[in-house]
Amino acid sequence: MSEQLKVPTMADMMAEGKQPEILFWVGSAGSYDDRAKKITKAFVKILNKANVDFAVLGTEESNTGDVAKRAGNEFLFQMQAVMNIEVLNAYEVKRIVTCDPHSFNCLKNEYPNLGGNYDVIHHTQYIEELISAGRLTLDGNTFKGKRITFHDPCYLGRANSVYDAPRDVLKKTNATLVEMKRHKGTALCCGAGGAQMFKDAEPGNKEINILRTEDALETQPEIIATGCPYCNTMMTDGVKFKEKEADIKVMDIAELIAEA
Amino acid sequence: MEYLPNIIFAILLIAGIGYFANNVKKLIRNIKLGHKVNADDNKSERWKNVVNIALGQSKLIKRPVSGFLHAIVYVGFVIINMEVLEIIIDGLFGTHRIGQEYLPASLYGFLIGSFEVLAVMVLVSVIIFWIRRNVIKIKRFLSSEMKGWPKSDGNIILYFEVVLMCLFLLMNATDTSFQASNSGNIITQFIAPWFSGFELETLHTIERIAWWIHIVGILIFLNYLYFSKHLHILLAFPNVYYGSVEPKGKFNNLEAVTAEVKLMMDPDADPYAAPPETAEDEVPAKFGASDVMDLTQVQLLNAYTCTECGRCTSACPANLTGKKLSPRKIMMDTRDRLEEVGKNIDLNKGKFVDDGKQLLGDYITNEELWACTTCNACVEECPVSINPLSIIMDMRRYLVMEQSAAPMELNNMMTNIENNGAPWPYNQMDRLNWKDEN
Repeated sequence: MSEQLKVPTMADMMAEGKQPEILFWVGSAGSYDDRAKKITKAFVKILNKANVDFAVLGTEESNTGDVAKRAGNEFLFQMQAVMNIEVLNAYEVKRIVTCDPHSFNCLKNEYPNLGGNYDVIHHTQYIEELISAGRLTLDGNTFKGKRITFHDPCYLGRANSVYDAPRDVLKKTNATLVEMKRHKGTALCCGAGGAQMFKDAEPGNKEINILRTEDALETQPEIIATGCPYCNTMMTDGVKFKEKEADIKVMDIAELIAEA
Repeated sequence: MEYLPNIIFAILLIAGIGYFANNVKKLIRNIKLGHKVNADDNKSERWKNVVNIALGQSKLIKRPVSGFLHAIVYVGFVIINMEVLEIIIDGLFGTHRIGQEYLPASLYGFLIGSFEVLAVMVLVSVIIFWIRRNVIKIKRFLSSEMKGWPKSDGNIILYFEVVLMCLFLLMNATDTSFQASNSGNIITQFIAPWFSGFELETLHTIERIAWWIHIVGILIFLNYLYFSKHLHILLAFPNVYYGSVEPKGKFNNLEAVTAEVKLMMDPDADPYAAPPETAEDEVPAKFGASDVMDLTQVQLLNAYTCTECGRCTSACPANLTGKKLSPRKIMMDTRDRLEEVGKNIDLNKGKFVDDGKQLLGDYITNEELWACTTCNACVEECPVSINPLSIIMDMRRYLVMEQSAAPMELNNMMTNIENNGAPWPYNQMDRLNWKDEN
């Protein structure tokens, strides 16, 4: 990315005596994973373009503990949660946006009971909000008429019933949205959830991401759109496995909007 | 001797209902082996779910063929059973078709007529169900956990319904006074001619035999419920009521852990302090679940409610890709183990005596538990709000927190989170480096 991204931290903001309108929770994947970092930067580009007064925690952010919780380590989850809540509450954070549905679910649903009460939204919801408020305008040419299929992340869709925001945003790009047979409530998991991202799969006759990629390929898409860094990795691997990477791109909605 | 049939009827009725009540008592006792759950919240939402999901079957209809057939059998079952009321009154007081006497003829005819039409529709649906299970061999009925008893159980229930519906129609067809009234015999007017050559006396005998086998059959069916997967016809309603009203992604935070974490984070806490007095008699909290007693009452109710339809398993990504995990098997195992514990309690005068077995390991393996992606597809699919995922999670918690038995890669991931706040071994201070990278 040629242009310099503006990424203020909460610490900077506080030093200036300012409170941003929203905190961008980057998440571990978004901070360290090479593919996910591109999504993070695309989203920041959108925030900058829409002149959003946001901040990140930077080095004060730590893993939400979500993946530890799904692995069964409630201790580690709650330790992480309590530490993060201390930081978030100290900065008097009210509103959080994140590109990771796992962080979204965890912050939104599992932090309140430990003392962390925030208005948490997924980046696709926030992008929709920016567009409807007229803060973000798309020229709508880049993806005009392109066949895009959206893979519902489990922790956005089934877990929190957010099905429309990502689709509404995709429609704004003037792309042709094609649905897989299994979509929304019946969408198939990409195979990364529940800490599977960090371990080998149990013995079976297929990898889950391959099965899900086959679902996507049936729609003959030019782009597979995702809303989760882990789904993105799984679908990218699936497309490579099917040797389709020359024809089909796997892109996060933030990346699509940043270019649209 | 005049009252002999009435007395026999009363005895049968009391025995049938009594034995059922006794088993219901056991069922409640077994469910109460689980932890209490507070479900006082969101009462209106819960009742709404009962109306939509349980009564309205809103989730079943998502699979239109089986959903439609199920709706017929369900409506038929509920409505035709109104006839049982008349049968009971007739049986106890020696009357014959008391409804015909006390209800307006048109209403009685309408009621029995609808029962007859529904009986035929149920008969057809049940036969299609049987074909789906035994001839077309739909995949979700063929999983490994559906071999043996679960398969027979499914078929036995269908046979029961065929026999009961046939008896009901036979009973009406051979009832000469009912046929003579020519009201309500919408279907049986076409069956009655089959018996036209029979003596009046023979017809009466056939009618009586059909009547008796019908009511005895209903009582046997009632008592069969407890031993079969068919309990859902009763338990679906409380099960949906107690089902989660939270977003599916919200997993409970273990309170026992919260207490310890707060203590660890509290700078004023004295690590050497004696535990508070009241805590002495209490068994230290176990983290997660290794046996049915560690689960909640709702999870145990879930296990009894499961009718093994397999919608969960047919949507499970792990199962679809050949892994051992089957959410339906998780529910069946939980019920089997709970029944085993219940029988143990019966044999040991009301106390459970350790039998060296538990749900984890003897029924559900680690391999199954670790194959779950926590995607909630099983929870979304269940037509009666069962949550197999919550049981999987509680057992994972036991594996990790009580036994440190996570797969090695997950232990590495968790160590990284502990050390540097990310699942990978990167430095915490590098967390914002992405901003300056190209």
